[in-house]
Amino acid sequence: MSADRTGRDLRLGIDTSTDVRVGLADDTGVLASRAVTNTRAHAEQLMPLVTATLAGAGRRLADIGLIVVGVGPGPFTGLRVGVVTAQTLGLALGVPVRGVCSLDAVAAGHAAEGEFLAVSDARRREVYWARYAADGRRLEGPAVSPASELPDLPVIGPGAHLAGGEASGLDGGVLAFTGPRLPEAGLSPLYLRRPDAEVPTTRKSTLLQPRLARLDRS
Amino acid sequence: MSGPLVLGIESSCDETGVGIVRGHELLANEVASSVEQHVRYGGVVPEIASRAHLEAMRPALERALATADVDLTEIDGIAVTAGPGLMGALVVGLAAAKALAVALNKPLYGLNHLVGHVAVDLLDHGPLPQPCAALLVSGGHTSLLLVDDITGDITELGSTIDDAAGEAYDKVARVLGLAYPGGPVIDKAAAEGDPKAIAFPRGLTAPKDLVRHRFDYSFSGLKTSVSRWVETRQRDGEQVPVADVAASFQEAVCDVLTAKAVDACEHLGVSDLLIGGGVAANSRLRALLEQRTAERGIVLRRPRPGLCTDNGAMMAVLGSEVIGRGLRPSALDIGANSGLPVSTVLV
Ligand SMILES: [Zn+2]
Repeated sequence: MSADRTGRDLRLGIDTSTDVRVGLADDTGVLASRAVTNTRAHAEQLMPLVTATLAGAGRRLADIGLIVVGVGPGPFTGLRVGVVTAQTLGLALGVPVRGVCSLDAVAAGHAAEGEFLAVSDARRREVYWARYAADGRRLEGPAVSPASELPDLPVIGPGAHLAGGEASGLDGGVLAFTGPRLPEAGLSPLYLRRPDAEVPTTRKSTLLQPRLARLDRS
Repeated sequence: MSGPLVLGIESSCDETGVGIVRGHELLANEVASSVEQHVRYGGVVPEIASRAHLEAMRPALERALATADVDLTEIDGIAVTAGPGLMGALVVGLAAAKALAVALNKPLYGLNHLVGHVAVDLLDHGPLPQPCAALLVSGGHTSLLLVDDITGDITELGSTIDDAAGEAYDKVARVLGLAYPGGPVIDKAAAEGDPKAIAFPRGLTAPKDLVRHRFDYSFSGLKTSVSRWVETRQRDGEQVPVADVAASFQEAVCDVLTAKAVDACEHLGVSDLLIGGGVAANSRLRALLEQRTAERGIVLRRPRPGLCTDNGAMMAVLGSEVIGRGLRPSALDIGANSGLPVSTVLV
């Protein structure tokens, strides 16, 4: 089996913390990076993008020896698509899955001369952010705050335009290439926010309607 | 009889289900429920359910494979709930199914959850007489279906125009100070009560309603009626007879559910009625259905309770039927559809 293992030099990077990002890398560098810039079609587009990226690079799933997945922070529904996809691919292919902070991967692709912030859109007029040293080491965060309350530093990342910078997306290939040396973040999403849910207070009237699931009937 | 080996994934509401079947033979049915996390909210909170699906999915897959004692490479196809259900919950299962299908190079089948509730009976009682009628009752759905072909010809005869029956149980349980989910606790409380104590309304059974809504249900008025009745007693400082309220409420729900289901069978000349969904485990609903179907010579089919609630095996066995029929697999770019109509069996 060792011959088989050594053949698995390929790393697959997956990130759905913003839109859909996929990349391939090996020890020598980035082999491919692709994106579908639709923030509302993660479940639809992720696996087709994985297969297209592999085909474009002339590689097969069987070549993959490691899956690196961005675990956010990011909008929850899309984020979970990438994480569950990576976990399930890891199970089916029998390869390890490494979760990393998506902002770390953004920072890893950035050449800086001093401290900076990596920022993404948290909606509700807030941003997800983390503070990095010039060498890409995370110094603070990830956290979620109003864009107006960020430390006064240069900003990069997919939400940089919300904090006076220029937006730049995560690169799937950089995620795959740098994944093994980025800090392990586990395989649960970095939600940073609690679920929206209200505990019903003592019942007052027949009209009490807490915010609950309504399945579409059909 | 053997058949295709199919792995099914279900994540439309608050149960993460992974089932494995070979034809009509059940090999594994792993279900992880997040119901306890919803108790304090008195109902399913979508974001909490979605988080729980992600945590439960890979362990459920691993347990199902171990229980069935099959290797992933032996599987012939992957079946998954594509809808209806909660969007954020559905996409977790859908994404997992796609990853499996691609990694194993096996066909993907995005299927209708409601039809899965019907198909699951194949595991317990074998081939389904067709046509048959199906009454699906749970916290999420109240539907009456005509099944001419489980892989593609299903008509919705009627459904609730407001709350699902299970939702009404949850709300009435809260009014009575009972726990969530309401189905089992009301069933238990009702056992001590008089179902004729209070005449609660039967929704959409008046002659004028029957014109347009002969096979539709409504539980919103019933729920409000129970609340008013209880609040009036409380306001007047009277004791609320919880058991009688529970029994009378339950009788109103089960009476209308069974009356319309039996009426549909007779109207359409269908001799078999299948029940499914979590509320199918309700003791009064079962008793009343047994009585009323027997009176009219209708055969009642009910899967075992563990298969009535949401699970992956129901999607797997529906997948097995779809594969057996040689239907085309789903494209890899299908999405989840929270309002998928029951007439669409395969996406
Ligand atoms: Zn269901």
